[in-house]
Amino acid sequence: MSGTFVGMPAFPTAARKALEDAQLRSNLNHATHTIRDKRARVVAEVDDWEDLRVAGAAIKDEVLTNLDTYLVRLEESLTRAGATVHWARDAAEANSIITGLVRETGAEEVVKVKSMATQEIGLNEALEAAGIDAWETDLAELIVQLGHDTPSHILVPAIHRNRAEIREIFLREMGEVGTPAPAGLTSSPPELAEAARLHLREKFLRAEVAISGANFAVADSGTLVVVESEGNGRMCLTLPETLISVVGIEKIVPTWADLDVFLQLLPRSSTGERMNPYTSMWTGVTPGDGPQDVHVVLLDNGRTDALADSVGRQALRCIRCSACLNVCPVYERVGGHAYGSVYPGPIGAVLNPLIRGTQSPVDKSLPYASSLCGACFDACPVRIDIPELLVHLRSRVVDEKRRGRPSAEGVAMRGASWMFSDSRRWERVQSGVELGGKALRNKPTLGRIPGASAWSDARDAPAPPPETFRSWWERERGR
Amino acid sequence: MRVALFATCFNDTMWPETPKAVVRLLERLGCAVEFPFDQTCCGQMFTNTGYLREALPLVERFADVFDRYDAVVAPSGSCVGSVRHQHAMVARECGRPDLVARAEAGAGRVHELSEMLVDVLGVTDVGASFPHRVTYHPTCHSMRMLRVGDKPLQLLREVRGIDLVDLPAAEECCGFGGTFAVKNSDTSVAMGADKARHVRDTGAEVLVAGDNSCLAHVGGLLTRQRSGVRVMHLAEVLASTEGEA
Repeated sequence: MSGTFVGMPAFPTAARKALEDAQLRSNLNHATHTIRDKRARVVAEVDDWEDLRVAGAAIKDEVLTNLDTYLVRLEESLTRAGATVHWARDAAEANSIITGLVRETGAEEVVKVKSMATQEIGLNEALEAAGIDAWETDLAELIVQLGHDTPSHILVPAIHRNRAEIREIFLREMGEVGTPAPAGLTSSPPELAEAARLHLREKFLRAEVAISGANFAVADSGTLVVVESEGNGRMCLTLPETLISVVGIEKIVPTWADLDVFLQLLPRSSTGERMNPYTSMWTGVTPGDGPQDVHVVLLDNGRTDALADSVGRQALRCIRCSACLNVCPVYERVGGHAYGSVYPGPIGAVLNPLIRGTQSPVDKSLPYASSLCGACFDACPVRIDIPELLVHLRSRVVDEKRRGRPSAEGVAMRGASWMFSDSRRWERVQSGVELGGKALRNKPTLGRIPGASAWSDARDAPAPPPETFRSWWERERGR
Repeated sequence: MRVALFATCFNDTMWPETPKAVVRLLERLGCAVEFPFDQTCCGQMFTNTGYLREALPLVERFADVFDRYDAVVAPSGSCVGSVRHQHAMVARECGRPDLVARAEAGAGRVHELSEMLVDVLGVTDVGASFPHRVTYHPTCHSMRMLRVGDKPLQLLREVRGIDLVDLPAAEECCGFGGTFAVKNSDTSVAMGADKARHVRDTGAEVLVAGDNSCLAHVGGLLTRQRSGVRVMHLAEVLASTEGEA
């Protein structure tokens, strides 16, 4: 019932549309600045924050470098603890495994813990096609699902909606799929939360199957970890008989003790809290307590392609905190939909081309959807050098284009490089600029320039001077 | 002290007053400034647009031209950022280990103007006078690539007669971003519009920064708005003396 990102246009086209939406701009500005300020406050409290970042990056790098070993260890630990492990190469394989598992239980609906991996593979749509209803139980995911919408933020997928819009969605949609919103619902947050609570409670108590992701998977013990704020995840993880968890293969940490680092890094970076309200951990099956039929689907879906890229693999350290989105000046103005993926913002601009490749118009354009300001790297709790990755992926896009017909940009860049490779060639070009400057007689700026509308539609262009620095030096001091 | 000036291709051609100001300023402080005529461009535009192969000859040229100097100064945070943090990467990705070593060895000798003054020459009072209301925008690459911190502000605070006012949300990108400004012009302009609004809110007459490229973007918006605010490179403020500004 939710929308999809299939067939998205290139980033600049989608961004233009988003920039025109005054309500969206206002919602995003308010929300990103609120979380950004909260994060800055709680991060500043931690004296060894930089050490934690370094430790987080090192643990993830250790796992990524020896992923083959850790994956087998995780499978052994999970199996020993009574869980069944499934391996999925891609989205289609994962969806078919999960659909099959739900069918075996005879259930016609599932409740879902907020999970990026299941959004990534389009699980809800696959289940729907198989006649199985999938109910999102995270408040923001519920808003997105009821609104027939797509998520626009990793942590706060309905960040593009304000309270008034949420009230309308609840009043219009809840009754169609379950307990309706109370009549006379206002847009006050407690009332909206109560409406969601009533709506979801019915589904929690009825559900026989739950589907989750995992924030972390401990290789040594086979423990899966879900970090959340609302407790709705806890309901899904404890009430149903069957639990299916979809876990990206990069989610591994070697030991329980490594969680110490990440459970400090994640809440402060994501919600700006010292500690998140609910941390659920489970290790396979505990007889008589919680789900008795536990499955784990280990998902590749392009992650090994990212791993094969020696520069790009650091993106797999990502713990999906969203700190980079909240500090990004591009995301703040454009929002998440323009990125054409459930992973928007700076991390999306690198992760999507790495795991999906650079074939579609949107994936080709994502590495360029950044001013390279570097705010994302400073905020990243696992020190992913996103600006470096963006440049790396730009070079991949350019190198792929070299195989086809030469582009105007490619020809211009080659020409400019040739010109700059010899100072005499460059000086001849500068002489031309000086002629222009003399003709303009010290005009300070140019207005609109035909053929340069991308710059000059909104900005005056600087006028060239009648004498370059080099000519001045030569005139005053000789060569 | 013998210092080589890397004017940067952009400043050399479009903003000659900036490298001229660097020369005046450094000579006033007792440096012997040289300008190697065989310099051209650091290659940043090529690198940041993904054209590493096209950047490679410029990375090599930079090493050829400047390897013989103990100190190189450039009035641009982003060009120095490219030299220090990208030249070795370009050489590495293009399979040139010899050039990686040269780029790494040379990186520490190249300084952005405020680093040159505060770290190398050890001065914050450069004897400047600039009796105007000024606000300062810390450019992203000077702040987050070079980590110049408050060095430019230390220098500006010592300028005679200056009325230096804080810029709200100063650390936010202005939206220039090199070819980002034209490839994603709508987003770039949206970012620049907010920067221009913050600048105007300060009531400053002059917006100062260490990169003329960022200033061309924000300045282009400010003049299009007929705001009456002018933009000026840090070097030109610091080179100004009593009676001329």
